[in-house]
Amino acid sequence: MMRFLLLFSRQGKLRLQKWFTPLPERERRKIVRDMTMMVLARSPRCCSVIHWRDLKIVYKRYASLYFCSALEDPDNELLALEVMHRYVELLDKYFGNVCELDIIFNFEKAYFILDEFLLGGEVQETSKLLVVKSTEESDLLQETMEEYMRKPAF
Amino acid sequence: MPAVSKGDGMRGLAVFISDIRNCKSKEAEIKRINKELANIRSKFKGDKALDGYSKKKYVCKLLFIFLLGHDIDFGHMEAVNLLSSNKYTEKQIGYLFISVLVNSNSDLIRLINNAIKNDLSSRNPTFMNLALHCIANVGSREMAEAFAADIPRILVAGDTMDSVKQSAALCLLRLNRTSPDLVPMGEWTSRVVHLLNDQHLGVVTAATSLITTLAQKNPEEFKTSVSLAVARLSRIVTSASTDLQDYTYYFVPAPWLSVKLLRLLQCYPPPEDAAIRGRLSECLETILNKAQEPPKSKKVQHSNAKNAVLFEAISLIIHHDSEPTLLVRACNQLGQFLQHRETNLRYLALESMCTLASSEFSHEAVKTHIETVINALKTERDVSVRQRAVDLLYAMCDRSNVQQIVAEMLNYLETADYSIREEIVLKVAILAEKYAVDYTWYVDTILNLIRIAGDYVSEEVWYRVIQIVINRDDVQGYAAKTVFEALQAPACHENLVKVGGYILGEFGNLIAGDPRSSPLVQFNLLHSKFHLCSVPSRALLLSTYIKFINLFPEVKGTIQEVLRSDSQLRNADVELQQRAVEYLRLSCIASTDILATVLEEMPPFPERESSILAKLKRKKGPGMVPDIEEGRKDKNVNGGMEPISTNATTKSTPSPSTDLLSLGSSPALSSAPPSSSAGGLLVDVFTENHAPAAPGVPMGPVADDNFSRFVCKNNGVLFENQLVQIGLKSEFRQNLGRMYIFFGNKTSTQFLNFSSSVICQDSLKTQLSIHIKPADPTVDGGAQLQQILNIECVSDFVEAPVLSIQFRYGGTLQNIAVKLPITLNKFFQPTEMTSQDFFQRWKQLSSPQQEVQKIFKAKHSMDTEVTKAKIIGFGVALLDRVDPNPSNFVGAGVIHTKTTQVGCLLRLEPNTQAQMYRLTLRTSRDTVSQRLCELLSDQF
Repeated sequence: MMRFLLLFSRQGKLRLQKWFTPLPERERRKIVRDMTMMVLARSPRCCSVIHWRDLKIVYKRYASLYFCSALEDPDNELLALEVMHRYVELLDKYFGNVCELDIIFNFEKAYFILDEFLLGGEVQETSKLLVVKSTEESDLLQETMEEYMRKPAF
Repeated sequence: MPAVSKGDGMRGLAVFISDIRNCKSKEAEIKRINKELANIRSKFKGDKALDGYSKKKYVCKLLFIFLLGHDIDFGHMEAVNLLSSNKYTEKQIGYLFISVLVNSNSDLIRLINNAIKNDLSSRNPTFMNLALHCIANVGSREMAEAFAADIPRILVAGDTMDSVKQSAALCLLRLNRTSPDLVPMGEWTSRVVHLLNDQHLGVVTAATSLITTLAQKNPEEFKTSVSLAVARLSRIVTSASTDLQDYTYYFVPAPWLSVKLLRLLQCYPPPEDAAIRGRLSECLETILNKAQEPPKSKKVQHSNAKNAVLFEAISLIIHHDSEPTLLVRACNQLGQFLQHRETNLRYLALESMCTLASSEFSHEAVKTHIETVINALKTERDVSVRQRAVDLLYAMCDRSNVQQIVAEMLNYLETADYSIREEIVLKVAILAEKYAVDYTWYVDTILNLIRIAGDYVSEEVWYRVIQIVINRDDVQGYAAKTVFEALQAPACHENLVKVGGYILGEFGNLIAGDPRSSPLVQFNLLHSKFHLCSVPSRALLLSTYIKFINLFPEVKGTIQEVLRSDSQLRNADVELQQRAVEYLRLSCIASTDILATVLEEMPPFPERESSILAKLKRKKGPGMVPDIEEGRKDKNVNGGMEPISTNATTKSTPSPSTDLLSLGSSPALSSAPPSSSAGGLLVDVFTENHAPAAPGVPMGPVADDNFSRFVCKNNGVLFENQLVQIGLKSEFRQNLGRMYIFFGNKTSTQFLNFSSSVICQDSLKTQLSIHIKPADPTVDGGAQLQQILNIECVSDFVEAPVLSIQFRYGGTLQNIAVKLPITLNKFFQPTEMTSQDFFQRWKQLSSPQQEVQKIFKAKHSMDTEVTKAKIIGFGVALLDRVDPNPSNFVGAGVIHTKTTQVGCLLRLEPNTQAQMYRLTLRTSRDTVSQRLCELLSDQF
């Protein structure tokens, strides 16, 4: 199973954190620090798998964002790369040409989409159509720009 | 600010986020956040009831603040309120907040569980999914207690929607991982297996994960999943790339499901049914064939997905380890990847080949790639890839290529990254020892190792070379000559000085005939390094000097002069000062005979598992067996390096540098005649265990009170009464053993007519052959007598031999009979193996006679470390991370007897709540399983 998935920027700013096993907050911060330092230091020609403690770290860069996942020993590294790719595709389909800003401003959506795709560290649904469909079900309340602007800004 | 997203975006949230992003400094950010927190707090406390939208917005802001890394100490209640909203988006934010900020506040947990309960019974699939996601995300014990019973029901109910089934399967998996005891198997398990047949591939994908985890723990119960998984896999691999519609990923049909099915099959041995087995082989062949086809797309996603399936198929082939053709094909495929332009593939191929190298069918095929791997070591830019190359070279090494591989590793060591040097040093040392055909080559290699990477040569490595030189007399002269030459270098590493000092101290006489290495030359050479060394090395050199005094009387004067100098006798370091004083004194007053006895050549070291190997294991697996008492002891016996022979029984002194310097009091120098030993000696010797004198021990019957304490250890007090104490120290190797028995006379009167014998009754006579050397007929008051037993295990046995002693004390004849703790497990050799190997062999030993199981109540406290120590003491290798449940213990070993060898696997499952254990043993021989089970189950 996947133990955690982190998204961080090239500057090391954490954009999304998903922990599939409970860890104390301090430990999480330490892991985030280790991961950003370790992954950002690697050159583009390096391989995408790093052994770290008893885990396998698999990461991939998409534009300004790094996707970084931790796997247990028996898990398949290549497939983990594609798990992250599929997640990018899902975000892309939902936001339409997703960029880092979408994930910053709509972080809750990014978490919802992830929950539809991965659960408990395992792939739940690999069909792009089905994941996006169930995410969009939550957006039944479509609203117009006008309605949006009328909402209080504070 | 980005364009408005779909759904009901929260404008206030977007404004807040962009404010934070515009903050120029950390202080400004904190100020803005504090302002926001104050605002939210006042809204929550305000008189005006908040509408759902505002509540959602504020909760979401709090979540954002928390994810930025700030503490949040309020808002939980509002989030819980959102859970019972009937607006989906509000509920969703509530659940997200709860999932991220788990709070063990018990009042809240009750409210949260209530809300989840309502949603689970709502029959609205979207709400049910939210609730299931929350349980899976939080996964706490409280939640497991509340819902573990409901979820299986939802999972197998006929009318559950597909998407809910998927969530339920993975939610159940999560609960099973966190609280397996709360998810009992039941009637639902058989129906879960049939989800593998479900029409909806998403359901099959989720269910396969669940089944794999459950099958690892209860293979029997999920056996039927094998045929279903093979059938499903076969349909996927033979389908055209468009058949599976949205489950085809970049022209690869259902890669996720394929990989999961292949993982599931790795929980089992090859299918017994020939038809299923054939079908599976076809699948695996098809996957291997597809790897040779031209790619259907140039996208990396296509190749990754395709190769992910391929690697998983290869893992399964390796796991089965039964089809030579498939293994060799897998090896060739990986060989192609070794030269692929994708770094990831090269890395994974190196890693996967490591496991192939351990299979007898493919070891040779792996070896053909040696040049490519060596090339990788030289050319790969990424250190992690180079490290895999080192691992693979290590794995493919055998007698035929050891010289080439060790040479390449030494070569690489000169430029290797600092982070992996120590590991390479250990690997070189192990390979050089394990496959050495020629021990002069071994000595050269280790000295080279010290020259190239002296700083990374740990104590274990240089201890080991000394142990080997001491144990093999054919190499001692060569070793002395080589270290002598190596020491000629103007700058040599301190580790070389230590090895040189030790070896010359023992075997310098072998080269002293040559005038170029006469005793004085040797001494001067060593002493020229003395002042550059650290205190422990100097202490070692001082011991070498005193050994020289014994070996070469002609340099006695020179050495005494050195010892007498102020820099030694008044050294600020107390250890050095003491050694100098005592060695000087010893050299002045002791006769040559006494000197020769005290400073005798070191006896051979007991052949135990290489301490370097143990170190490498420790390095490889953090959290592996910590330094337990027995382990430390071993290290002292193996590695307590003092070039002075002290009696074996005193070697349990903890620190090598304090070892022999109790020269003033006789007990430590027990190679001197035993007559002067004080009565308390035995207590000193057997530090770990001094049983209080038991005055009432009956003389007639056979005493076995302490018998079971020796099952997991080899040293200690076996028997004690008012008159006599019987201590044991024993060592075993394969089917042979040696036992030292110490009879301590606790009285001040001499024992007369002392005699001892070992009695083997009935069948034991043929199973165990024991030779005892006759002992002196008298034991002085306060003295101890040592007797040696040589033991050979001919075949497996159950009963224990009896030690019977007789002596006359004050006119009455004393008879004592004690059961000798020579038990079957003493003839274990530990066997390390991987999880895959372990479970494969476990399954092979599945006939009812081979397995013995016992469930019993714990007699002692259930401390993990103690249990580990006992299992290791029992003689098997404790296998870490083999059992999916980390609280279980598994071990493996081979019982060696003269006639046969019996492989043995064991598994101990503690249940701390019930204070019970379940012990399972599987061996190829029923009598062995039975006896080992009796022996071990008595220990906990």
